[in-house]
Formats: sequence, C-alpha cells, structure tokens
Amino acid sequence: MATDSIAWPRSEGLSRPFVDQLHEWVTTVDHKRLGILYVVYALIFLVVGGIEATIIRIQLIRPHNDFVSPQVFNRMFTMHGTTMIFFVVMPLVFGFANYLVPLMIGARDMAFPRLNAFSFWLTAFGGLLLYFSLVGANGLYGAGNAPDVGWFAYAPLTSRTFSVGHSTDFWTLALLVSGFGSIGTAINIMTTILCMRCPGMSLGKMPLLAWLNLVMAGLVILAVSPLTAAQVMLVIDRYLGGHFFDTQAGGSAVIWMHFFWVFGHPEVYVLVIPAFAFISEIVPVFSRKAMFGYPIMVAATVAIGFVSMSVWAHHMFTVGMSANANTFFVFSTMAIAVPTGIKIFNWLATMWGGKILFKTPMLFAIAFLFQFLIAGLTGIMLGSAPFNWQLSNSYFVVAHFHYVIVGAILFAIFGAFYYWFPKVSGKMYSETLGRWHFWVFLIGFHLTFDFMHVPGLLGMPRRIYTYEPGRGWDTWNLIVTIGVFFQAAGVLVFVYNLLWSYFRGDAAGSDPWDAWTLEWSTSSPPPAYNFSTIPTVRSRRPLWDLKHPEDPDWKYE
Amino acid sequence: MLSVVFWFVAAASATGPATPALSPTNIFAPASTPAKSIFGLSLFVIAVTASIFVVVFSLVAYCVVKFRKRANDDGREPPQVYGSNQVELAWTVIPVLIVVALFMATVRVIADVQKASRPDGAIEVVAIGHQFWWEYRYPGLKVVTANELHVPVSDPSHPTPTFIQLLSADTDHSFWIPRLAGKTDLIPNHPNSIWIDPQQTGLYLGQCAQYCGTQHAKMLLRVYVQSREDFDRWIEEQRQPGAVGDAATQGQRIFETTACINCHTIAGTVANGRFGPDLTHLMSRDTIAAGAALNTAKNLRIWIQNPNAIKPGSLMPAMELNDAEVDALTAYLETLR
Repeated sequence: MATDSIAWPRSEGLSRPFVDQLHEWVTTVDHKRLGILYVVYALIFLVVGGIEATIIRIQLIRPHNDFVSPQVFNRMFTMHGTTMIFFVVMPLVFGFANYLVPLMIGARDMAFPRLNAFSFWLTAFGGLLLYFSLVGANGLYGAGNAPDVGWFAYAPLTSRTFSVGHSTDFWTLALLVSGFGSIGTAINIMTTILCMRCPGMSLGKMPLLAWLNLVMAGLVILAVSPLTAAQVMLVIDRYLGGHFFDTQAGGSAVIWMHFFWVFGHPEVYVLVIPAFAFISEIVPVFSRKAMFGYPIMVAATVAIGFVSMSVWAHHMFTVGMSANANTFFVFSTMAIAVPTGIKIFNWLATMWGGKILFKTPMLFAIAFLFQFLIAGLTGIMLGSAPFNWQLSNSYFVVAHFHYVIVGAILFAIFGAFYYWFPKVSGKMYSETLGRWHFWVFLIGFHLTFDFMHVPGLLGMPRRIYTYEPGRGWDTWNLIVTIGVFFQAAGVLVFVYNLLWSYFRGDAAGSDPWDAWTLEWSTSSPPPAYNFSTIPTVRSRRPLWDLKHPEDPDWKYE
Repeated sequence: MLSVVFWFVAAASATGPATPALSPTNIFAPASTPAKSIFGLSLFVIAVTASIFVVVFSLVAYCVVKFRKRANDDGREPPQVYGSNQVELAWTVIPVLIVVALFMATVRVIADVQKASRPDGAIEVVAIGHQFWWEYRYPGLKVVTANELHVPVSDPSHPTPTFIQLLSADTDHSFWIPRLAGKTDLIPNHPNSIWIDPQQTGLYLGQCAQYCGTQHAKMLLRVYVQSREDFDRWIEEQRQPGAVGDAATQGQRIFETTACINCHTIAGTVANGRFGPDLTHLMSRDTIAAGAALNTAKNLRIWIQNPNAIKPGSLMPAMELNDAEVDALTAYLETLR
C-alpha cells in the first residue's frame, strides 16, 4: 500500500508542510478528494443547521416564550431549511456519488475532473454567500441581517416592498451559484455512468447505486434548472423593474409557487433516491444475499423519477386550484406510492431467508425501512387533497418531511458513512460508539418527530415564533424540544467516532464486509488511480464471482 | 417503536368528533360540513394507511428477528435468490388497488367541497388578509369589521352557509379554522373562496397558516357563530353610524390630527384610512391586534403607546404621545361602541 500515495494525505506522512497539503486539497481534481471535500463541507453545515434548529425548538418549548425575537426566529427557520437542503443533504449526496460511482463502475475518475472541482467550489461558495448575509444583508437600510422569507420564499414577500435590504438577494444568489454547481455535478455523474463503465459492465450489470445515481443526476438537471430560472426572474423583478411576481403590477404569486415546487418536489427524490441507493448496497451485504428483483428495482426507480416530475402541485392544494387540477395531482401523487412500495418489498425480500448481521450500517438501514414506511404513509394522507387542506402548512407537514429527510435520508446517509468509512479512511470505526450513536439518535428522532405530528393535528401552523396557551399544544412541543438534545448528543458521538477512528482505529483491510462490488477490490483507501488494471466484470456482483467460482452470479443473470 | 404513539393519538382524537377534547383547533372535532367531509375521508385514509403500517411493520419486524445471524451459524452463505416475477406482480397489483380506492374516496370529497352549490340564504363575506390582521366586509349587508368574523349558525334543514371570498392586500396568507373547514390561501391577484356552515353556536379559533412576514404568528382568527337573532342584531349594530356626541373631545381631536387617520376608518369622521382595521365599532370586539390581546382599557393603552410590546414587528407605529394624550385617546376609543 506504500504506492497508494496520492489519495490520502496521511500515507504521505505528516511531515509535509501544511501549506503544501492544503494546496493539494484546494487544487485537487481527484474524484475521491472532491467527494471527501463535499462531505466534510456538508458536515460543518449540518452542525450549523442543527444549531439553528435547536434555537427554533428552544423558542417553542412553551407558549409565549421569548428566547428570540420574531425577526430572529423567522431568519432561523429560513436559514435552517435552506442550509439543510442545499448545503447539507445535497452536498452529502454529491459527495458520496463522487466518491463511489467511479469506484463502483471500475473507472479511474469522473468524466470531467475539472468540471467536478469547479462544481464543488461553486457549491462551497454558494454556502458561504448565504452566510455572508449575516454581514452584508443590512445594506443601507439597517434591515434584517439574514434571509427571513422561508426556504420556499413565496412571492410577493420577496419583493423589495416587503423585503428591504439585501437578505433576499443573498438567498437568491446563494441558490443561483450553488445551482450551477449542482447542474455541473449532475452532468458529470450522468456522463461518467453512461461512458466510463469498465469492460463487461452493461447497464443491466451496474450496481444499483450507479443506477440510482443516474436517475438522481437526471432529476437534478430537470429540477434545478427551473429553480435557477426563477431566481433570475426574481433578480430581474427586484433590480431591473420586472413584474413576474410583482402582484401589485399584475404579476403572479402563484407562478412562483409553480416554479419553486416544480423544482421542490423532484428535489425530494434527488435526495431520497441516493438514500435508496445506500440501502440497496447495505441491505444485501449484511443479509448475505443478492438484491431481490434487481430489474424491478431499476424500473421502479426510473418510474419514480418520471412520476416525480408531475406531482409538484400537491404542495399547492391550498392555493385554490380547480377541482380538476386537484384531482390530477392527487392521482399522480398516489401513483408514486406504488413504485415506492415495490422498493420496500424488495428490500424486505432481500433480507428474507438471509443471515442478517446487525452491524451499525445495517441498524441504520433497518431503522430507515421502518421510518421510510411511516413517512410514505403520512405522505399518502397528505396526498389526499381534502385531508391536505387540514394538514398542509401545519406541524403535521413539518413532521412528515422531517421523517423523510431525517428518518429516511439522514439515517441512510449515517448507514453509508459507517459502511464506507473503512474504505475511505482505511480504518475501522468503533462499533460500540456506532451503536451508541444509533440508539441515542434513534430515541431523539422519535421523541422529536413522532410527537411533532400531534400539534399539527391539533391546528398548530408551522413558522410561528410563538403560540397561545390553551390550544393543547404545550406538552407536545415540550417533548419535541427534549428530543432535539438527544439528536444533538447522537451527532456528537458520530463526529467523535469519525475522528477517533480516523486517528486511532484499527486498519480495516480492503474488504472488511466481505462485500461484492468493485470498490472493495481495491485497497483502503484506494490509490489515486483506483485500479492498477481496469477490472472486467461478468455480473452485478463481480467479487461474489471471484469468491465463489463454483457458483458465480453470471450463470443466473 | 415510539412511532406507534402517533397512531394512538390520531385514533384517540378521532373518537370524540363532537367535542374538541384535546384542543379548540382540533381537526378531528369538525362542526361544519366541509370539515366533516374531510374528517370522514381522513378516518378512511388513516384506517387504510394504519392497516398497511401494521402489515408491513410486522413483516419487517418478523424478518429481522427470524433471519438474524445465529450464534451457531455454520458460516456458509444463505441460498441466493435473485427475484420472482410472480411475487413482484403481487406486490404491484395490491398497492395499485389500494391506491385506486383511496383516489376514488378522495375525488368524491374534492367534488363535495369544491363544487357545492350556493343556496339563496347564503351569507356573503369578503375576507382580506393584511400584514398582520383580517378585514371582513359583508357587501350585501354594508358592514365592515376586522379580525372577528360573525356568521349565523346553519340549520341543516334550512342551510344558511357563509361563502367567504378570500383576497389579499399584500402578501400570501391562509384562512384556517380547523373545526369549520380546511385552509385556503389568500393570494394577491388570485381571488379564492371557501364556504362554511357551522351547526353549533360558539367561538371557533384558528390562525393564519401561510407565512406572511414578521408577525405571522399573531394573526389569529376568531369566528363567532351566533343564532340567527343574535347575528341579525349584531349586523344591525354594526350598520349604525359611529359614536356621535361631542365631536370635539380631546381624544377625537388627537386621533384626527395624528397619523391615526392615515390607516384607520371611523365612520362619520374624517378618518377614512384603509391600511388598518376599521375602528367604527371597536368596542364591540373582544380582542385587539388580531386576537393577540384582550380588548381592555389597559391593553388599548399599551397598544397605542407601543404596539411592539404586544406584537413586535407590527406595522402600526408607536405614536410618541404623552401620558395625558394617551389617556384621552383611549377614552375616545372606548366610546366607539
């Protein structure tokens, strides 16, 4: 492994000047280093967004609390939402895709290494731009110092009439800049998967992770483009006298909603499809079985990708669409439940008859299954338009989408961290700490987000900085806030585990899980060129074929 | 799993539809036809999703326990199964059937609520959302009021529903009285409407449900459902001209010579502003500041001196009056019955 010199600075020895190492990281075009940069960057913002969430929850711990002012509260939920979606989960997803896709398809790098670096730095500076609003947004007006229009920034609240100063501009430009980064990365991922597969790896023999990331990348291109267009229109409205969303001059507030949600709903699948990808790698390996129904899983994913482009207005059941429009979006929304259900059943069938090993990645994957099930079922409730008229914009919705984003996506990402940590760092994580992280975070998650459904059913709208006593909301909010501290403790254990294991962990070896995909055939961490000779594959599980020459997969596929 | 708790709460609330046992804004305690239709649908949807939950949860739990790797494992790989078209077909067709059932039930209720006909006795109201209060106009009855909506109770045999047109003067808002109907947004340049036919008298609460700016949280909704006689009496009172009497009290002079009149109307005086609530019959209301405080002399005084003390970020400016002026102004406002 002495030859694996470029991929990981540790193996080069710590004696090299820090400036040199920094220079290498800043100028790198290596897909693995960029993947790590994405992930580290996202983890920093995860902590920032978590602090914002904690401030929100402390303010809501009891009625008429005055921990923060309404102005600060409104900035907190705007920054929390924007940060978590655009600067935590998306970079995490891109980071994992960057790191894993070339390794899993037997390629030596992404198709466009320099575009890759450019995209990362666009995303990174987009996040910095958002937070620079804390310094720059006051403008000459002494106005608010961070965006406070909500993460979906409905017009006309974003017009200069209602949003003076520059806080909305920072929000717009941050999303515009990082949006270009997202599109660049998506083009890169698609091209890599379509053009750089190793010999023998037809599309039907790709690991599911590659398939799912292909669909994800396609959705990014389709979804982020309208958002970028809408941001340009908003800038034109604010500074060049445009009237797209200027209702006082005949513009339309509803058009903004369409633009935003035609981005916003596929975006959910941009984030959750990679989570499916992690689960589709973790569940088979820890059940010791091949993925059940691979072609159906691919078909279901592609179906979800297509249908997800036609469900956006279920975010708008309360804006007064016609009964016919409501009916259409009820139909498309409920239709997407079918391929999603198929996925859950296929994971279940993969575990069925296996020998399930409860390592930390598998614990997170099993929790994902339960929580994603619940998130999907509350999603069906919300998809029933009349029920939605009650539930929309209430804490029930907040609980529902946190069940998706935390309970499903973040749990899958935590599972992925533990699963691939040995590959990326060359060190094994601490299983004990991993279990502590799992259980503490699980308790916190359920305290917060199970009980958060209830005030929504009892009429509590989202985005209120305080509430009246006597509405029956007090106890639920108290429990919800208590759960936050468990989640925070879980994340601290996680970060500590990563750091401790990186510096003190045992060597992991190249294939600690006895797994089957190509990334486990190279050393941990992989060398800069990934594979000394490009592998040739005959089935979806090339390492299974190597390990079981008497019973290879390619005889059955 | 703690997540089961949520299902119990949903079921517990659903058992007492007539009484708002858990909360005055409980969506499972409907008192008007649209809310009742939604409630019926929601029970069906919850029953279906809860059944799916129980079945799939049990399968996953069974699988995880049954197929865990045992201590005495022989170390061999389990049989590899790659898939089965029959099984895949089964778990595609069953969800499709469930989805079709849910879809049909949903479409019925959409039509019931959105395509309801308007009987002759219907009351017409225009509700206009402002940052951060509600304006109500009864065009047929020539009444304008704010923040507290009065409607007659609707007898199912002679329904007198209230049809509310929803407009916005500035940003997006949403009208949500959970016990009476689902929410509908008030969007500038995009008129909407809803209807309610509350069947029990009483006070129904709600609040703005679409983020509209700094004081979104204290944009509370109060609907007073009254017997027909009480409602007619209320309308009659609201149609009276404003308080008459000595027009030149000190308080009225202060009101008419400061910025108050830029935003507020008091019928029969020079005050005809439209940005703030109509104050002609201010004292007929229980609350001020869109429900954020009770309408008492003390609260009125605080509100005039410093609105931010009650609603930080409210658009009403502090008038910088001295104590004597505030006393006189409060005394004047207290005559607006």
